Amino acid sequence: MTVLEQRGAYRPSPPPAWQPRMDPAPLLPDAEPYRVLGTEAAAGADPDLLRRLHAQLVRGRRYNTQATALTKQGRLAVYPSSTGQEACEIAAALALEERDWLFPSYRDTLAVVARGVDPVEALTLLRGDWHTGYDPYAHRVAPLSTPLATQLPHAVGLAHAARLKGDDVVALAMVGDGGTSEGDFHEALNFAAVWQAPVVFLVQNNGFAISVPLAKQTAAPSLAHKAVGYGMPGRLVDGNDAAAVHEVLTDAVRHARAGGGPTLIEAVTYRIDAHTNADDATRYRGDAEVEAWRAHDPVRLLETELTERGLIDAAGLEAVRGDAEAMAADLRARMNQDPGLDPMDLFDHVYAETTAQLREQRDLLRAELAAEQDGPDPQEGDRR
Amino acid sequence: MTTVAVKPATMAQALTRAMRDAMAADPAVHVLGEDVGTLGGVFRVTDGLAKEFGEDRCTDTPLAEAGILGAAVGMAMYGLRPVVEMQFDAFAYPAFEQLVSHVSRMRNRTRGRMPLPITVRIPYGGGIGGVEHHSDSSEAYYMATPGLHVVTPATVADAYGLLRRAIASDDPVVFLEPKRLYWSKNTWNPEEPAEVEPIGRAVVRRTGRSATLITYGPSVPVCLEAAEAARAEGWDLEVVDLRSLVPFDDETVCASVRRTGRAVVVHESTGFGGPGGEIAARITERCFHHLEAPVLRVAGFDLPYPPPMLERHHLPGVDRVLDAVARLQWEAEG
Ligand SMILES: Cc1ncc(C[n+]2csc(CCOP(=O)(O)OP(=O)(O)O)c2C)c(N)n1
Repeated sequence: MTVLEQRGAYRPSPPPAWQPRMDPAPLLPDAEPYRVLGTEAAAGADPDLLRRLHAQLVRGRRYNTQATALTKQGRLAVYPSSTGQEACEIAAALALEERDWLFPSYRDTLAVVARGVDPVEALTLLRGDWHTGYDPYAHRVAPLSTPLATQLPHAVGLAHAARLKGDDVVALAMVGDGGTSEGDFHEALNFAAVWQAPVVFLVQNNGFAISVPLAKQTAAPSLAHKAVGYGMPGRLVDGNDAAAVHEVLTDAVRHARAGGGPTLIEAVTYRIDAHTNADDATRYRGDAEVEAWRAHDPVRLLETELTERGLIDAAGLEAVRGDAEAMAADLRARMNQDPGLDPMDLFDHVYAETTAQLREQRDLLRAELAAEQDGPDPQEGDRR
Repeated sequence: MTTVAVKPATMAQALTRAMRDAMAADPAVHVLGEDVGTLGGVFRVTDGLAKEFGEDRCTDTPLAEAGILGAAVGMAMYGLRPVVEMQFDAFAYPAFEQLVSHVSRMRNRTRGRMPLPITVRIPYGGGIGGVEHHSDSSEAYYMATPGLHVVTPATVADAYGLLRRAIASDDPVVFLEPKRLYWSKNTWNPEEPAEVEPIGRAVVRRTGRSATLITYGPSVPVCLEAAEAARAEGWDLEVVDLRSLVPFDDETVCASVRRTGRAVVVHESTGFGGPGGEIAARITERCFHHLEAPVLRVAGFDLPYPPPMLERHHLPGVDRVLDAVARLQWEAEG
């Protein structure tokens, strides 16, 4: 008999005092991703919310295409497009109140902008002029995190601190499907559940971690199932259905705010573009798969719902597109200006008080810059 | 004048007192880590804090170092001043990613808008007969990470003063506690704890004219003992206790070396790629024309920390320090 076969004997029976914390059944996610658009539930959705989501999604899509175009012009070092994922990004961010916090990963620029951060400032990391262009406190948005899942424990700590201070602040932490394999993901979920911290974890399962498909990332029935082991509810939602994402996120935020603790939400979506502009997606997936997902486009799903129910007319659609176009034109114009960097800034924010060593290095750079100002060395010119 | 009989305090008690005073002075100060609550830490350094300030201020966390430090980042973002205890040097490594990717650079990446006042306390170094993974000297890793302060006390008074400074600092501080000095005592009055200078200042522990021993943390008592022994050989050694590895006090170190003309750097951590290489290079760059001999290093061997029954052969002891002093190109006597 193998160890696995003798399972019953393998686990000692618990002493009488030991009780499981709760029945796992209420924590288990739905078998199918939760949907609103195109179902009867849509009738209950607030038309104003649907219109607002739609306008934001169209802007988000346009932002993605504009930012991608800027990489081709060399204005952005790199851009990880979230085309296809706009519903997750935006509907999730809009489920937060102003006092809440967002902890984004590098792909979540749209969520950052949806929180009110200036579209240009949200791109400085990707442009390369400073790591974080915005003031995290202005809109309560943590810096975009590049090391995967490492921002999740920060969300837990912040939410915990807020609760200790008696503030009803909720933290929304975003992560990709690949990021759920990282240790920090597990540690963050476990901390949040033990501390009953007001955190909502949103996994955007877009099918791939660069080239690696979900099946090579996890053996779990779904990523939402992972919640159960930590003792928090898991929810599965159609990530292309903005109304469903908004509803599930709003529920989880309310639950957290009321002291109910964290929730893990898996939004099932798809990354239509390559991982970044530098990636070749044809190496790991076929056109047919991408086309099938295009048919389930988040912007189209919402537009269909709105037009079929007469909640928007042609003029309304035109206005939304015009607004998105104006945003793109403004982004283009401002991104085409040179940021005007001062190299002396390099030394300003390493420590609260600069060290003697950094002062010396700053003096060196200042001297180098002064020499550059004096023009090229004539001998240098001769040698060219 | 009345003299109060002062019971000598240990370094561990001074550290506890520092946290207690900091917590009493500032409600933003929170202590978190493994076993820091009810137990008071495996070295009892957080003894009594949970009882006095409650479990919300001194918190037993789940057993996950990245989670502990990562949560501390979020807490600091929200205005708290977390003091994190890592149970042992080698168990801080899971949190290394948080330390180098976030803690050290949050101020910089947000252009000063999001400073992180976090103190990471790490018991480090050997000499207590610990089994594998309980005796690492990891200071070089932390020194190599810009944005962190790295400090280590060698006396009871410094343990108190430096920890108060670390907790009050608006920058993250890696606070390395030489665990073999936890039980060392000296005449420090816990009722009237004195301030120490700001982080970044070295101190001359013993003045001398023949050569300078540059050291820190657990090797300071070794060097002081070596300096005493050296008198018999006719050497009058100066001992500089760095206290802070980052920022580095070039001024005190160079002033001493210029006076004595000879220097030996002493530490437990490995020599290759260790702090001594950096220190020797700095001295050579700044004091070359004052030097009578190359700057020498006395360090731990370049091997994984040895098993406890052999650690005494690895750790730089008085004799090894004196041997190095003897190699400092003294003119032939007589
Ligand atoms: C700790 C860490 N390891 C590796 C990388 C390199 N990397 C960047 S994105 C990525 C894939 C992430 O996939 P996923 O979490 O699914 O997010 P997605 O890109 O699909 O949004 C990898 C491996 C990283 N940023 N951080």
